[in-house]
Amino acid sequence: MPAVQETIDRVKAIDVDQYKYGFVTDIDSERGAKGLSEETVRFLSAKKDEPEWMTEWRLDALRRFQQMEEPDWARVSYPKIDFDELYYWASPKSVEGPKSLDEVDPELLATYEKLGIPLREQEVLAGVEPKNRVAVDAVFDSVSVVTTFKEELKKAGVIFCSISEAVREYPDLVRKYLGSVVPVTDNYYATLNSAVFSDGSFVYVPEGVRCPMELSTYFRINEQNTGQFERTLIIAEKGAYVSYLEGCTAPQRDENQLHAAVVELVALDDAEIKYSTVQNWFPGDKDGKGGIYNFVTKRGDCRGKNSKISWTQVETGSAITWKYPSCILRGENSRGEFYSIAVANGYQQIDSGTKMIHLGKNSSSRIISKGISAGKSQNTYRGLVSAHRKASNARNFTQCDSLLIGQDCGAHTVPYIESKNASAQFEHEATTSKISDDQMFYCLQRGLTEEEAVALIVNGFVKDVIQQLPMEFAVEAQKLISISLEGSVG
Amino acid sequence: MLEIKNLHARIAEDHTEILHGVDLTVNAGEVHAIMGPNGSGKSTLSYVLAGKDDYEVTEGEVLFNGRNMLDMSPDERAAAGMFLAFQYPIEIPGVATMEFLKTAMNAQRKARGEPQLSIPDFMKRVKEAAGFLNVSMDMLKRPLNVGFSGGEKKRAEILQMSLLEPKLCVLDETDSGLDIDALRIVSDGVNKLRGPDRAMVVITHYQRLLDHIVPDVVHVLSKGRIVKTGDKDLALELEKNGYADYVDAAA
Ligand SMILES: Nc1ncnc2c1ncn2[C@@H]1O[C@H](COP(=O)(O)OP(=O)(O)O)[C@@H](O)[C@H]1O
Ligand SMILES: [Mg+2]
Repeated sequence: MPAVQETIDRVKAIDVDQYKYGFVTDIDSERGAKGLSEETVRFLSAKKDEPEWMTEWRLDALRRFQQMEEPDWARVSYPKIDFDELYYWASPKSVEGPKSLDEVDPELLATYEKLGIPLREQEVLAGVEPKNRVAVDAVFDSVSVVTTFKEELKKAGVIFCSISEAVREYPDLVRKYLGSVVPVTDNYYATLNSAVFSDGSFVYVPEGVRCPMELSTYFRINEQNTGQFERTLIIAEKGAYVSYLEGCTAPQRDENQLHAAVVELVALDDAEIKYSTVQNWFPGDKDGKGGIYNFVTKRGDCRGKNSKISWTQVETGSAITWKYPSCILRGENSRGEFYSIAVANGYQQIDSGTKMIHLGKNSSSRIISKGISAGKSQNTYRGLVSAHRKASNARNFTQCDSLLIGQDCGAHTVPYIESKNASAQFEHEATTSKISDDQMFYCLQRGLTEEEAVALIVNGFVKDVIQQLPMEFAVEAQKLISISLEGSVG
Repeated sequence: MLEIKNLHARIAEDHTEILHGVDLTVNAGEVHAIMGPNGSGKSTLSYVLAGKDDYEVTEGEVLFNGRNMLDMSPDERAAAGMFLAFQYPIEIPGVATMEFLKTAMNAQRKARGEPQLSIPDFMKRVKEAAGFLNVSMDMLKRPLNVGFSGGEKKRAEILQMSLLEPKLCVLDETDSGLDIDALRIVSDGVNKLRGPDRAMVVITHYQRLLDHIVPDVVHVLSKGRIVKTGDKDLALELEKNGYADYVDAAA
């Protein structure tokens, strides 16, 4: 992302010196496809060895994108992005399509190790109970570097690979489902992503299969001036179950980096998908430099009856977050859930929430949102709950809590409720609270430092959502939240 | 243990002076009672000792085991062994009492460079102290002070005090809001902590607490000054005649 002076001024003084993932990995990399054009798209598609239909699909998206205007309704502000200054392809040179871990650049493995990702299966096997094993797909800039436990998953019939590989190996599945939840022209960033998506994960769980382990993807942006456009597609066939977690980090850069992902989930009859995110993109430094613009479209389609999709997110990073993981509750008795912790410190801006679109009879949804604002940040919850004419007995419960730390931050709640069916029951509760001086003093008197006191109170505040995370990640998420809030008091 | 010399303190916001020169020395092993009418500055004194930044010290000094306590932050004072049982304990929503206890104990240990407590060790200590104070498991799981009755709040304060094992305990109106049974439980809890290495300052408006926690020395605080010091019989006399004599004397 080009460092326009305005950018630097705007995303000012983000007080997150403690960003511990802010290292750059020094590896040989190849970067190409500067500027947004047909040539770029063709280059990208060729690099990935894509079939003709995929290239055409991208080009169609590009043409549509060129007709679109950037939206401005979210409560975030940033200078115009110059898409021609961006690179759309970056790849660690030695690892294009590695066949095994041995082919992967050791520097890269070292990076993942620093990030605490258990890439090597032996390590995972050695350290953890078989039940808790996590299969990992690691995406480095534009390329999926390695996917672990592939063989074992295959035995269960589960496909877990990079989307690039899926385009080549499972074209029928990809063609059937890609863009079926988030249409190409859904919104500005989704259209952009459709044209230039780089990599991401593909998961297919066949009928009746309960995926035997947690699936996880780590996304890392390393290269400079490179957009990351990840694309993830997860399909749970009838009666299938899968739990998937994504984690994100980026190095500390002076310039802003763009991340515009699209995630599509499809749950058929009686299927369940649990999707968890721990997002820790670089939020920018305290002098207002850098940080990720995180413009993401995530949507789940509860296509079958009794299907269930649950989004859990812990958002602590990014300079700007624009993100509304949603559920289309098409199936009868389908259920959507959204559990969110959004932490904003420094000058971070978050506009996030969810949409629960009730189309099917007896569909139900639950939204628990915990927003924390500190420093000079702005944190907006934006949520839509709607019931279609046919969605009789649709039910929603929304609980939206905001916690303010300090005087200079803002918390906003913007709920939209639309009901075209008289039998729908929607409940909305919202609270805003502050960490009071008296609470702080009480904790200090017991021996807690200011930071420990804030962490304790905040952890109490977010507990209901943390409990929704897979065990392995709950502790990490808690730590991350404390780190993000360091320096927010005193 | 604690030496307060000519302590003057004012409200930081509007500079109203509340303490007009307090002198008080409490030695290890002693229990001192501070009595006085409402508004005389008892809570203010306890807050100033704990380091609440609503107040500014304009004159005088406070030594805690020889160290200048006024230079220390509230959490440093706590780790050094100063504990305040609040007159009005604060609610901490979402934080289970048990969790709070563990965090506080480990925070102090960390500050003193001691190892963290193991879970079994922690549980053993909590169970023992909670049992003595009639604090149920159910209460330990509830968020600290949230929806606690007056009596539960005071028991939770003394539970924290027992577990943190402070050197100097300041109890601010620990008897208020307690019925006779709860008063006995709390007093027993406090008495259990009396010992040669520990000093206590018991602030109370009424004499009845001092039937249970028998003080070595009794002070009368009026209008921000200690106007009379005596033994435990002074409390009985105050009970009979009220504060009128001393309030007038201070005026
Ligand atoms: N933070 C404060 N702001 C304003 N007035 C205060 C504050 N703290 C104490 N005071 C005043 O100082 C006086 C002493 O209060 P306090 O120490 O609570 O007395 P006590 O505990 O003996 O009843 C009272 O007049 C009270 O209103
Ligand atoms: Mg008082």
